[in-house]
Amino acid sequence: MSKYYLNYLDELESEAIFVLREVWAQFENPVILFSGGKDSILVTHLAKKAFYPAKIPFPLMHVDTGHNFPETIQFRDDIIKELGAQLIVGSVQESIDEGRVAEEKGKNATRNALQITTLLDAIEANKIDCAIGGGRRDEEKARAKERFFSHRDDFGQWDPKNQRPELWNIFNGKHFEGEHFRAFPISNWTEMDVWNYIKRENIAIPSLYFAHEREVVWRQDSWIPNSEFLVLEDHEEVVTKKIRFRTLGDITITGGVESDADTLEKIAAEVAGMRNTERGNRSDDKRSESAMEDRKRQGYF
Amino acid sequence: MLDNNQLLRFTTAGSVDDGKSTLIGRLLYDSKSIFEDQLEAIENTSKKKGHEGVDLALFTDGLRDEREQGITIDVAYRYFTTPKRKFIIADTPGHIQYTRNMVTGASTANVATILIDARHGVIEQTKRHAFIASLLQIPHIIVCVNKMDLVDFSEDVFNKIVSEFEEVSSKMLVKDVRFIPMSALLGDNVVNKSENMPWYQGAPMLHTLETMHISSDINKVDARFPVQTVIRPQREGFIDYRGYAGRVASGILRKGDDVTVMPSGFTSKISSINLHDKELEEAYAPMSVSITLEDDIDISRGDMIVRSNNKPEPSQDIEVMLCWLNNSAAKPRAKYTIKHTSNDQKAMIKEVVYKYDINTLERNSDDTDLSMNDIAKVKIRTTKPLMIDAYRENRTTGSIILVDDATNETVAAGMIV
Repeated sequence: MSKYYLNYLDELESEAIFVLREVWAQFENPVILFSGGKDSILVTHLAKKAFYPAKIPFPLMHVDTGHNFPETIQFRDDIIKELGAQLIVGSVQESIDEGRVAEEKGKNATRNALQITTLLDAIEANKIDCAIGGGRRDEEKARAKERFFSHRDDFGQWDPKNQRPELWNIFNGKHFEGEHFRAFPISNWTEMDVWNYIKRENIAIPSLYFAHEREVVWRQDSWIPNSEFLVLEDHEEVVTKKIRFRTLGDITITGGVESDADTLEKIAAEVAGMRNTERGNRSDDKRSESAMEDRKRQGYF
Repeated sequence: MLDNNQLLRFTTAGSVDDGKSTLIGRLLYDSKSIFEDQLEAIENTSKKKGHEGVDLALFTDGLRDEREQGITIDVAYRYFTTPKRKFIIADTPGHIQYTRNMVTGASTANVATILIDARHGVIEQTKRHAFIASLLQIPHIIVCVNKMDLVDFSEDVFNKIVSEFEEVSSKMLVKDVRFIPMSALLGDNVVNKSENMPWYQGAPMLHTLETMHISSDINKVDARFPVQTVIRPQREGFIDYRGYAGRVASGILRKGDDVTVMPSGFTSKISSINLHDKELEEAYAPMSVSITLEDDIDISRGDMIVRSNNKPEPSQDIEVMLCWLNNSAAKPRAKYTIKHTSNDQKAMIKEVVYKYDINTLERNSDDTDLSMNDIAKVKIRTTKPLMIDAYRENRTTGSIILVDDATNETVAAGMIV
């Protein structure tokens, strides 16, 4: 076999770098949506590679639900410092205080859906014309239909049935004032690819991804971390388990799995043997069959 | 998974009736790529709909409208990995009104899989799918003759379909065609070899996909480097650094190569090739790198760096096989933005030479209106020269899209003749 071919990780990397450079070339004011989760950390790492030796030429934006893992915020601040990048924070708490959104009620209340308003407000306030996200098509069925360059109308809405066709590697980011785009450089990566690449590149990720002892509650088939935001039901019991998280989101809805994987090697091996999708531990996706599609239409990540 | 494993992209065109969804479901299920929570969801839906057993086709359901109508409307991408390769499936609808989605899915594919219902043989839809695969120059075609269980696993039926297809494909530009008799429903020759068809000596579908030679599909001869953006760090240690960032479209570029910058024609030598902080001796398609040159010349996005002894042809008048993708028809002599690699120019469709009848595949030079899903040969005039190659030589520098400036929508995709 000829030596002039790329392995799958190099090809995915090359594709993502290409997309990031297209974003930079086609938009005036892009940002990376940074949640502190592994996918947005990966996108940031790829952006660092794409523009080296220059710094990442655009800011990172965090939509802060106020219900954070403290480890995530620490990690975010460290990476911003290391990159010398600018951080924009959109605060869900502020959106609530300003009366833009109302807190959900009941025991399964989360701030997940509230992020949509905060995100769209932050995009408008900062005149952002492209928000780069770590969404992947393998995550969820509505995401399987996403384009690399995904148009949002001036209400921030996604119209999945009327998307621009995307052929070869020619991306069309043309838009009118007030509209914006979402760009997804790691569309074609799977969870396994992400872990294999993080392992290969030895990318730093929050300690929450590694197995650790934590106080948790068994709810909706996964271990929800105990926190000041969690309202316990009578029958629920706080126990200490060795767990790790497969995805990181709002602390009230991100469930962990029991695990002993405390190194990147062990995590990759564990993910390879996993029999459930990573979003299976996210109660935001369990609400209905089209929960993700409905949120995405409104402007969700 | 091994470090040298490749990525293979394939497209599936077909409708629910051909068993396309069942085939994809079978491929994912038998290669153990379906997770338990996904399987559970499908089991629940199967029960709700009153199906016996698990309907694997449900796995490919996407948007709410598609679930309601039971069809694929858009291109959906699916992923699976085996110990030998990573696969991306571009799952596209098969009906004529979705030609544009098939074209989209086909544009990046290494392999096209075409489904034929063994009971019906080669039908109009088969011809259309083969035509699109040849138009988009997908290097390999796998013809899946499905539902063999409904024709008693008959070798004669299979052979008849093979010769029918060969008669159709002999008129098209297709290089590598393979035929596999299968039953996606029962799992015969999808992942596991069929016990019902001992007369078939070839490999099952998955094994074929895993072992197919694809590294020669990329053009390694004509070095083309469209510049995406210029990197100027303005920071200590890199004050004079000017890196030209881009993805090698084809060919191989090496340190020290004599290069020409198109369209200016300035010449220089490659002084370094970088990927992040690594310095490379050479770069080849489809690598994303940054290149520095020995001389300080004016280069910006839209320019193309090529080897001086092998240049593309700058041209303002191009002939293109165009697929119309938009609801609103082409306006005669209207201006569009043409996007070619990293270059944007204005362009006008000067003439529709002929249009294909997508059913009969005959050329028609009388009907020259272009509306959604039409495929036609057209002449385009651009305001400035584009550095083009023929699509059959180079899928990257041979492809264009047209954008309507009034709506900003992508209205057409074209392959340079």
